[in-house]
Order: sequence, then C-alpha cells, then structure tokens
Amino acid sequence: MSEHLLEVKDLSVSFATEDGTVRAVDDVSFGLERGKVLGIVGESGSGKSVTAMTLMGLTRGVNARFSGEILYKGTDLLKVSDNDLQSYRGQELGMIFQDPMTSLNPVYRIGEQIVEAIQAHEKVGKAEARARTIELLHQVGIPNPESRVDDFPHQFSGGMRQRAMIAMALSCNPAILIADEPTTALDVTIQAQIVELISRLKDEFQSSVIFITHDLGVIAEIADEILVMYAGRVVEQGTKRDIFYEPQMPYTWGLLGSIPRLDRPRADRLHTIKGMPPSLINPPEGCKFRPRCPHAFEKCAEEPALESRVEDPGHLDRCWLTVDYKRSHRDETISPGTEAA
Amino acid sequence: MGAFVLRRTVGMVLVLIAVSFITYLIFIKIPGGDPAARLAGRTATPANIESIRIKLGLNHSFIVQWFDMVKSLLSGTLISYYNGGTNVVGQIEQGLPATFSLCLGAGVIWLFFGILVGTISAAAAGRFSDRAITALALIGISLPVAWLGLVLLYLFADGGLTSAFAYGGYYPITQNPWEWATHLILPWITLAVLFIGFYGRVLRSNILDTINEDFVRTAKAKGLSPRRIMVKHVLRASLIPIVTLFGLDFAAVLGGGAIITETVYSLQGVGFYAYQSIQAQDLPALMGVTLYGAAFIVVFSVIVDVAYAYLDPRIRLA
Amino acid sequence: MGAPPPATSISFGGGHRRPVATGNQEFTLDTAAKLAAQEGGGAQVQGRSPWALAGRRLRRNYVALASLGVFLLVVVSCLLAPVYASHVAHRGANDANLTGYIHENGKTIPVISNGGSRVLPDGTVIVIPAGQPIGPQWGAAGGQYVLGADQLGRDLAVRLLYGGENSLRVGLLSAAISTIVSVLLALLAGYFGGVVDWILSRVFDLIWAFPVVLLGIALGTALSINGFHHFGIHLAAGDLWIPTAVIAFVFIPYIARPLRGQVLALREKEFVEAAVAQGAGPLRIMLTELLPNIASTVLVLFSLIVANAILTEVGLSFLGAGVQPPNASWGTLIADGQSWLATDPWFSMLPGIFIAISVLSLNIFGDGLRDALDPRAKVRIER
Repeated sequence: MSEHLLEVKDLSVSFATEDGTVRAVDDVSFGLERGKVLGIVGESGSGKSVTAMTLMGLTRGVNARFSGEILYKGTDLLKVSDNDLQSYRGQELGMIFQDPMTSLNPVYRIGEQIVEAIQAHEKVGKAEARARTIELLHQVGIPNPESRVDDFPHQFSGGMRQRAMIAMALSCNPAILIADEPTTALDVTIQAQIVELISRLKDEFQSSVIFITHDLGVIAEIADEILVMYAGRVVEQGTKRDIFYEPQMPYTWGLLGSIPRLDRPRADRLHTIKGMPPSLINPPEGCKFRPRCPHAFEKCAEEPALESRVEDPGHLDRCWLTVDYKRSHRDETISPGTEAA
Repeated sequence: MGAFVLRRTVGMVLVLIAVSFITYLIFIKIPGGDPAARLAGRTATPANIESIRIKLGLNHSFIVQWFDMVKSLLSGTLISYYNGGTNVVGQIEQGLPATFSLCLGAGVIWLFFGILVGTISAAAAGRFSDRAITALALIGISLPVAWLGLVLLYLFADGGLTSAFAYGGYYPITQNPWEWATHLILPWITLAVLFIGFYGRVLRSNILDTINEDFVRTAKAKGLSPRRIMVKHVLRASLIPIVTLFGLDFAAVLGGGAIITETVYSLQGVGFYAYQSIQAQDLPALMGVTLYGAAFIVVFSVIVDVAYAYLDPRIRLA
Repeated sequence: MGAPPPATSISFGGGHRRPVATGNQEFTLDTAAKLAAQEGGGAQVQGRSPWALAGRRLRRNYVALASLGVFLLVVVSCLLAPVYASHVAHRGANDANLTGYIHENGKTIPVISNGGSRVLPDGTVIVIPAGQPIGPQWGAAGGQYVLGADQLGRDLAVRLLYGGENSLRVGLLSAAISTIVSVLLALLAGYFGGVVDWILSRVFDLIWAFPVVLLGIALGTALSINGFHHFGIHLAAGDLWIPTAVIAFVFIPYIARPLRGQVLALREKEFVEAAVAQGAGPLRIMLTELLPNIASTVLVLFSLIVANAILTEVGLSFLGAGVQPPNASWGTLIADGQSWLATDPWFSMLPGIFIAISVLSLNIFGDGLRDALDPRAKVRIER
C-alpha cells in the first residue's frame, strides 16, 4: 500500500441559502498518491468543484458547514486556521481555474502576478523571482517569455493564459496541482495541448494532479484513477481501465455515451442523459440518479451503498443492478445503434 | 493616445460653443418679450428703452449678438448689464479664490472620508458597524444642502449649541489663514456630507462585488495574505470608478455646483455670483458663468477619461 | 446593472410519492424522462419568473416596506392639507394675517409682533423687535399656528402641508416624465444606432455638460420672468409645470445614458436577431424584447431619481428659481425661515425634517428594490 499524499475521509460540505440548506458534497472519500493523477468527473452541480475548492479552503465562509477530514501529509486541512492555511496555498497545493481571462487580474502584468505568487512564500528578491518567472513561462511553452512576461492578460490568447496560470500555480513547487475544468473554456485543439502540458509538467515538477472535468474524453489519457460524482456523492470510483471498460453506473454509461468517438462505428445519434440534476436542498429518496435512469427498478428506492460489486476491490459503485445485467445493457447507452450485432 | 486627446479636445470646443448658444437661447428666447424693456424697469419711457437697446446691442440680429457676446467673453471684455457695467470675467476671477477654497477643501474631505467609510463598511459587511454606517450614509444623502447648511449655522454659529464658529463670509487665506479655515469649516462639512454618504456606498458596493471576482479567488489560492489581497487586488479594482466619479463631481462643484452652500454661508464665490446674476437676469454675466462651469465639466471629463485609460490597461491598449 | 437572468427556484414538487413501475414495464429513455416528471418523489427544478422572485425578496424586506409606508404616510398627510387648513388651523395657505391676534392661556398675543419690551420678574428687560412672527404654539392656541407663523402671518403648518404637496408633486412628476422620456430616447438611440444615436448622444452630452444646478436655475429663472409662451404652449410664470419640466429635462442624461448602453448591448443578443428574422418591426422589438430587459434598471433608476428630484426642487426653490410665490414648497419655506434662524429656528428646520424623512424613506426603499432585483443571491454557491 503506497502512502497516500492526500486522504479525504467522509467529506461533507453544505451551504445555508435563502431557499434552504444545500448539501453540495455528501460523504466523499478518496485518496491521492504521489505522482498520480486523479480525475473527478460530473455534471455541473455534482459537487466536484466544491470538493476541489474545499481542499484549498476556498469555500470557507459564514454559511458553510464542513464535516469529515482532509488529511494532507497527516494534517487535517479542515482544522487548519485561515491564517495557517495561507502557507499551504500555493506552496503545498496549487490551483488553476476554468476561465483564465477572469481568473487573472486585468490591471497587473502576467509577470507581476507570478512574481507575487513566488514572493508570497519564498524569500527571494525581485530579480530572482522575475528570472524564475521567465523560466516558468518557458517551461509551460510560452514563446518569447522574456518579452511576454511584461504583457497584460488581455494580450495573451486563451490557451496562453491558461499556460500562464499553470506556471503561476506551479511556481512554488506544490505537491498537488488541482485543475478545476482547465480546458472547458478553450478550443478543442488547445484542450489537448493543455492536457498534454499538465501531463508533462506533472513529471517535471513531481506533483500529483487532481483534474476536474465534465468530459470523460479529456482525461482519458492522463488519469490514473477516476471518481464519478453525482448530486454531491461519489457514484463510481476506480482505475481508468475500470471506468472505461467496465463501467458499473448507468450515469457513467451516459457520460461515456456522450463522447464522440472516432474509433468506433459511427452511431446513429449521440446519447444524452435526459432530465436535470436533482435538487441539492431536497434530494430524492433512494438512489439519486433514479429519476433519470432508464434501468431503474423497485430496489432503487433504497439508497445503494458505495461498495465493490465486482472482483476488483478498488472499483466501487452505487448501483443495485446485477453485474451481468450491466454487461449486457450498457452498450445501449455507450454506443447506441451499434449493439445490434 | 495623442489622437484620442486631440479628438476629445475638438469635441470639447464644439460642446462649449453649443453650450454658449443654448445659454443665449435660454435667456433671450425663452422669456420672450423685450429684454430692453425688462431691463429699463417699470417707469421707463420708450426713449429709455430704445437707448438701452442700442447700448446693449440688442437691435442687432440674434446671431450677431451671440457672436459678439462670445467674442468679448473670450477676450475678457464682456461687460455685465448690471453693477454699473462691471467686467464679467473680472467678477468671475474675483470669485475664484472663495470657490476654489471651498471646493478643494470639501473635495479632500469627502474623498478621504468617503473612501474610509466605504472600506470600513465593506470590511464589516453585514455586521452592526456596517449597518450603522450605511444608515448614516443614507441619511447623509437625504439631507437637502440648504437645510443642512442652515442647521449647522444655527447649531454652531448662531447660538444653538455654541456660537464658536464663524457666521459666514470669506477670508482670503493670504490675509489670515486661521480665519480662512475657521470660516470654511462649516461650509466644507456641509458640502462634503452628501458626497461622503454617496461615495461610501458606491465604494462599499464596488468592494463587495470585486471580492466575488475570479481573480480575487486566484489571489487567495496563491496564498497571499488577506491584507495584500484587499489592498493590491480588491481596492485597486474598486477605486477606479471612484476616481472617475470624483473627477466629474469635483468639476461640477468647482463649476458652480456649490451655489447653495455659497449662498447660505455668504461666501463670495463664483457660485454666489452666478446666483446674483440669475436673480438680476444679467445675461452677459450668466453667459460667462455658465460657460465657465461647462468648461470645467468638459475639461475634467477629458482628464477623467485619460486617467481611466491609465488605470485600466485594457482600455489603454484597446 | 443588467436584467435578472432567468433564475430557478428549487422546490419540492408534489406531495405523495407514487411507486415506481415494476420490472415488467418497458423502459426506454423517453418513458424514463416522463416517469421522472410524473413522480412526485424527486424534487423538481421549478422555474419561477425573476419578477416573482424579486417580489418575494422585496416582501421579506421589512425595513424597505416600512420605509415605503413612511413615505406614503407623508404623501397622504400632505394631500390632506385642505382638510387641515379648514378644520384645524382655520386658515388657508395664502391667508395673510398681519394684524391678527391669537388667544392662549388667557393672553392675547399678536401674530406679528408689534415691537416693544418686556420686563422679566428678575428685572432683565427683553426687547421684542417688531415684525417678528410668532413661534410654534404646539396646540396651545387651539390648532392655530401649531408650528408658528411666517412673516405675513400665514399659518406655517398649513403652508408646510401645501408646500409638501407641491414639492412631492414636482419631484414625483418630474421623475416620472424624465424616466419615460429617457426610456424612449434610450430605446431609439440604442436600437437605431447610426445617425439617430449620434444626434441623441450629442443632445445628452450637451445637457450633461451644464452644471446641473446652474442649468436648472438658468431655465427656472428664465421661465419665471414671463412663463413659457412658445409652440402653442402657454404656461404662466408661477405654474408648477415649469419647475417640473425643468427638473425632468435636467435629469434626462442621467437616466438615458446608462439605459442606452444597456440597449446597445442587448441589441446584439440573439433573441433580438431572432425577432428580426421573424419579421418583427422596430416598435415591436423595442416593446417586447428590449423594454422588459431594461425594466429592472429603469425601476432602480426611477427610485433614485425621485429622491434626487425632490432634493433638486428644494434647492431650486430655495434659490428662487423653482416654485414661485405665492405658491409654497419646502424649499421656499426654508428660504423664508432664513431670516428668523436665531429666534425661531423651527421655521427652517421643519421643512427640512420633512424633506429628509421623505427622501430617506425613498432611498431606503430604493435600496430594498435594488437588492430584490439583484440576480445574485445573498449567498453565493461556488460549484
């Protein structure tokens, strides 16, 4: 059993709003090892971003309630004071966000913002910080870093801005890089470049990565382990192989079915998951996916526990359907129009 | 940048020309009737009226009159209809020290306290001190300036609470700095109260909006100290609109927006002169004063635009 | 500020839960969705219009509602001026009383002092200047001169109420007119663009270039000389429509410019393109597509402008360029009371207090309105 760099145990996050209490994250547990990539996948509202931001303490506020543990190198980050958390952010955990245009301060130069990140944690002079910044920009693949370091964010293209953000997040060599939908706002071709960049940097900087996305296709290459979240809960968890070749949750099938594939016979139509995500204030009883699941049956009125129902003990899911049923029915969803054979 | 300033300057001049024309229209055309007859008074004979008309050039065409008036204003030779024919520009110049003293002092006070109040109430958002400040700010912007001036006069100069403060009137700073200041304290407060309330609220709202911006989230994620986040990221963004607002408001009060304060406290500034010339229907004086005021606003709006471009690089390089 | 985007309120739809059909039933993707919709069990995401949401938020804001109540109270009191005049004060707003007397505590006191002196028990002599109006009686004189008299012997309380009616009327009407005209101009300028926009923008710039107070005074005074007799409209010099129109005119750029900006931005949105593609004419588009989306901004601006209009009217009337005598307004009353500041401060104080209360309550309500219309919920949920 290799040592877990990050261990999240039964994490729950809820927010008080004028409509009621929102249970954004419900009993989520996972582990992250050194040098590995964990992919967290789900729709908007699944709780994936809240989970990520809670790791950094960015969801703390008067209306937020937390329970469970976030053990980073043995320390429970939930119990760390706001003051002390500052030293973790940027230095132990780095984060990049979805929209690089709004995530960078428009009135300061890119270089200034990265230097600021460095000087927040390390006692280095301005000149040295600047030199490091230029080197970082070079490492993330920005051409002419010596001159571009003095540009403003709006002078960069979308892909370059995201690269700059990655540079900023890695500037103090954090052990974990959290990427919250880093490619969602970018073109498809740029998406691939960014994913590849993260993969390369992970090795160069020896960081672990938590990669959050709603698109399974994006992390198909890079993820070692994948967490599928729905309505604030983990509904399936396993290695990349498990998820892509033996998915156990109808929801996962839906996600897989909505990826356009070039390596399979062309389907009649792309699958869509009908319906809408459930309310997080008044969640439905039983399996949360039941209202949208075409395979639901009467047992689904009882909430399934997250456990392994297949041979591999590391592959967990929350579905009552039998493994055989799943095997024979999942291709209807994943590649509709091709199962008639 | 240069082309931008040039274009604005040209636009400025055009606006000022239009402003002078409109002023002229307002005072000659709207009342209708015969301006010479009005000026001559009730017991004038037709001969009197005619002589006034000739003397003031009212027998010329509308456009010619306007043109002459503007020409003489710009050359500094515009004579008012009243006060024995004093030079309008000269009168305005005489009023400048009082108006400048009033507006500069009030401006510094309201900018400083406005920012202070806005920052404090934003930092304490939702808590009691924030609510209290908001309530005070709301009250501040709800008070009529004339009334506030009189209340302060009564309470502090006329015996209400004390008679310690001066009753009004302006003392040039060169003559006696102490008198200058004590005579201006109440007017400064009167003029500043309204703006402090307003600016405090605007800044508070800006700060609370900015705190939710993505780049502030990034700053937190970088591990910056809360103080640095507040000062370098939040305030920097929140203060930009305040700067532009201040530029325009300051121009407005300099340009004669402090009329009421000057009247209540008998400060012989440009605003007070404007008030007098309006009461006397002194058209040349009015032209002068209106153009003076409009000029300030127009010039300052160009300055504000340039400042904004400097503060926000996105505009600069657009 | 933009229009509230379609917000959804999450509610628990339906009451009892119906059991899920047994495994015999055919499940396809379509029937599953239908079943989900039918089932009362799971929560439905119910769309409620942004206006309903705003209304609900406003109804919960007790402070704002109370302020609105206070304002309405002031309005009603002022509207009851004639009642007060005839039944309590027994004196009209313009009924001078230079030589009258009031009777209280068995004494007969002249309304306007005759001058003279009085000797106090301890020997000090008080000199009473002539021509000084009587101060507030607070009911001691049986309803007359409750708040005192002015220099012509008129009952101040009566004038305060009538003046209030005038001030409020000018303020509200001018704000309404200004808003309506501004919305129209902003729609025209924003929608048609090009030359129309250029001309209208220059007009806004021009009005805006004048210092507000100066323009108001200039227009107000010019119109007070002879009234307005052009273009077939005839308004006498003291007509209340004059200050109303002047103030409405002065505020146009402050409303029209921000709205124009919004319309310009909205015009580029797809739903407008769609409407044009469907053959909708400009009028229809302006009314059905653009107007509803700027409506919340208009409401907020309106509430701000009313408060400012009342304050502007007070300022103008104080300087003599607004409401003209013998009509009273709160502004003229403050000016009247200036001379008596030392001896009868209430003369000037009272109108000011009324103004402050009215404007403050409007501002508080305006704030509440703005909060209710703000699409951002009080708590931001980060996903």
